[in-house]
Amino acid sequence: MEKDRVDQIIDEHNADPSHLIQVLLDIQVENKWLPREALERVAERLEVPMTRIQHIATFYKAFSLVPKGQHQIHVCMGTACHVRGASRVLDKVQDLTGIRPGETDMDLKFSLETVNCLGCCALGPVVEIDGKAHGKMAPAQTAEVLKNYD
Amino acid sequence: MPRINSPAELEAFRNNLVSQRDPNKTCITLCSGSACHASGSREVAARFQEEIQQQGLAGQVEFRRTGCHGFCERGPIVVIHPDEICYFQIKPEDVPEILSETIKEKKIIDRLLYEDPATNEKIIRESEIPFYKHQGRIVFGSNGSIDPKNIDDYIAIGGYSALARALLGMSPEQVLGEVKKANLRGRGGGGFPAGVKWEGSRNAPGDIKYVIVNADEGDPGAYMDRSLLEGNPHSVLEGLTIGAYAVGAHEGYIYVRQEYPLAVENVNVAIRQAEEYGFLGHNILGSGFDFVVKVHRGAGAFVCGESTALMTALEGRAGEPRPKYIRSNVVGLWGRPSVLNNVETWANVPLIINNGADWFTQFGTDGSKGTKIFSLVGKITNTGLVEVPMGTPLKDIIFKIGGGIPNGKKFKAVQTGGPSGGCLPDELLDLPVGFDELTQAGSMMGSGGMIIMDEDTCMVDVARYFLEFLTDESCGKCVPCREGMRQMLKLLTNITKGKGKDGDIELLEQLAETLVEASLCALGRSAPNPFLSTLKYFRDEYEAHIKEKRCPALSCKELIAFYIDPEKCKACTVCARKCPSEAIIGGKNLIHIIDQEKCTKCGTCFEVCPPRYRAVRKISGEPVPPPIPEEARTIVKERKQK
Repeated sequence: MEKDRVDQIIDEHNADPSHLIQVLLDIQVENKWLPREALERVAERLEVPMTRIQHIATFYKAFSLVPKGQHQIHVCMGTACHVRGASRVLDKVQDLTGIRPGETDMDLKFSLETVNCLGCCALGPVVEIDGKAHGKMAPAQTAEVLKNYD
Repeated sequence: MPRINSPAELEAFRNNLVSQRDPNKTCITLCSGSACHASGSREVAARFQEEIQQQGLAGQVEFRRTGCHGFCERGPIVVIHPDEICYFQIKPEDVPEILSETIKEKKIIDRLLYEDPATNEKIIRESEIPFYKHQGRIVFGSNGSIDPKNIDDYIAIGGYSALARALLGMSPEQVLGEVKKANLRGRGGGGFPAGVKWEGSRNAPGDIKYVIVNADEGDPGAYMDRSLLEGNPHSVLEGLTIGAYAVGAHEGYIYVRQEYPLAVENVNVAIRQAEEYGFLGHNILGSGFDFVVKVHRGAGAFVCGESTALMTALEGRAGEPRPKYIRSNVVGLWGRPSVLNNVETWANVPLIINNGADWFTQFGTDGSKGTKIFSLVGKITNTGLVEVPMGTPLKDIIFKIGGGIPNGKKFKAVQTGGPSGGCLPDELLDLPVGFDELTQAGSMMGSGGMIIMDEDTCMVDVARYFLEFLTDESCGKCVPCREGMRQMLKLLTNITKGKGKDGDIELLEQLAETLVEASLCALGRSAPNPFLSTLKYFRDEYEAHIKEKRCPALSCKELIAFYIDPEKCKACTVCARKCPSEAIIGGKNLIHIIDQEKCTKCGTCFEVCPPRYRAVRKISGEPVPPPIPEEARTIVKERKQK
């Protein structure tokens, strides 16, 4: 991520240290992860220690300190999806992609995450790929859905 | 748009809006909440806009994208006013027909109507559908008729009149008195009386005070706050501003999860519009009262739903709770008195101010007044958001509104209160919903998630599931929560894997007691609830797992096996073709056998076996019968006799 862009985001928040989480969120959303150089710049401009930034970046689920794959797979593990068999769907996605939740594959194609509720419980079990929800998933369907993201 | 400077100007503006709107003009509303987006409502909206032009209906019909209607099971939903014709599960290709048939020709399209599964009768009007008919929607009611991005829609239905009344017709003490008298209790979990909380802040020393909306809805399976904030953001802003006036705060925050992008967007639009109209900012409605609101996006941490953790997060730090010797309404955000209520609680405030506490208290039970929105999810026919008066029996919500359990299965339990709540069995279905009633039964109200479980749900696994969730979400600050939950999870996981030992239940109970007594915040203190309530009502399931290594619900993967009944298998090859692990051996006219070594227990064969055969069975607690001898496997088809 360009240093200028990081500066721009910081300026939008007036370099206010109480906006630290908001600044990091903006960087995360745009860049998909938080590169070290960007964090160092934030530490410098907001005048907060790097340890606090690390604390926040590892505390909140939205942040990633490693690069993410081209396609983000979110398997909903909310209660409604759970009772409808989400864990079997997750098993299948892990089988097919070869990665576990929190991981990204070697060719940066897929990143897999479990999420706690996407709030579309009527469609459960739900797998969201790049923001598009795939509802009423069964293990057998998973391969077909993932094929579209080759 | 000019600023509105007094209640009289607001009334004049409203009257003008209403007079310009012809109540008989056809208005097509389309549900555009997040849940309907997931089922394609954006595409439907685009098609409507295009087709209205193409069919030359521009000017004759109004098209409005509204918030969530609640009946998520059947989304996307279209309601055509003023006749209230209700169409469900609309796809873009249905749109031209709706316009040419229903709008132009006034003909009802039968296939898009709701069909009552009990009577097979088609129902045209929204209010006659059982899902809606048995609800009492006072907070959620406007969601389906207004465009959340258009403040005029909210004003036209009486919006901001409560604010005008409070700011110019009542003293802060009177507002406080009314909310106290209404006995409005917090809808976010604890059920603490809002008026008492406000009063504590009002009387606390200091000039700078804060009011905060908790929209960090983290309970899995609960999404009513999102739908309210997405669908009717002004009602929350109005309630918050009234609260600020009562408390004496001039700054407010909305803490909303960044996982709710539409809610963030709509609330930001609403704040901008309210500022333009003079409902927020300096000298609101000419009253001399100033109030500004800022939106803070939460970065994803369940514990931030806890009041002190949320305030720490607002300060730009990691959201860890602190001990509450002094409550946050006295020492909260930046050490100042801060009132935190959740979205639904704030949305109730304008109703109380407009209609009075006496009106509000007519709904509900002795201890719980008003209504509550529940998200009814899980193994239920009608998934969706339902608002009912407090005191409504669980069975009415589940069966009358929810339509019961799908696929002819048997009801087993209802889980309320999210990860901090508990599971209630069918003996308690007559229980009226209310804060105290649910707590007494070993569960809690929580934010209003209501997850229905049927006979296929393993209760030990449910307890394990919630503990896994909370172990992951524990901030780690205090030892009982961090380590206690980890140990409980380990024990429960072992039990679901068939590695449970005698004494595990007692050890779990001891750990639960420590967590309840010694944890720093409500997350740890309530974490054992799912375990304790399932143990209380479903102890036999725990014992079956531990003693017989059997999962009575046939759900725990390590304790079940799939088996094809040779008597029933007709060698149709469907399961063999679908099996992702190639674990099914068989062919045409050759009875299928599952290779237990290869089987990953994904359950695909069980799902795809044609219902007329039902040859695949789940087995638990007993050995899988040996495969039948090779020579007996060939099926000789009987010739049909003429």
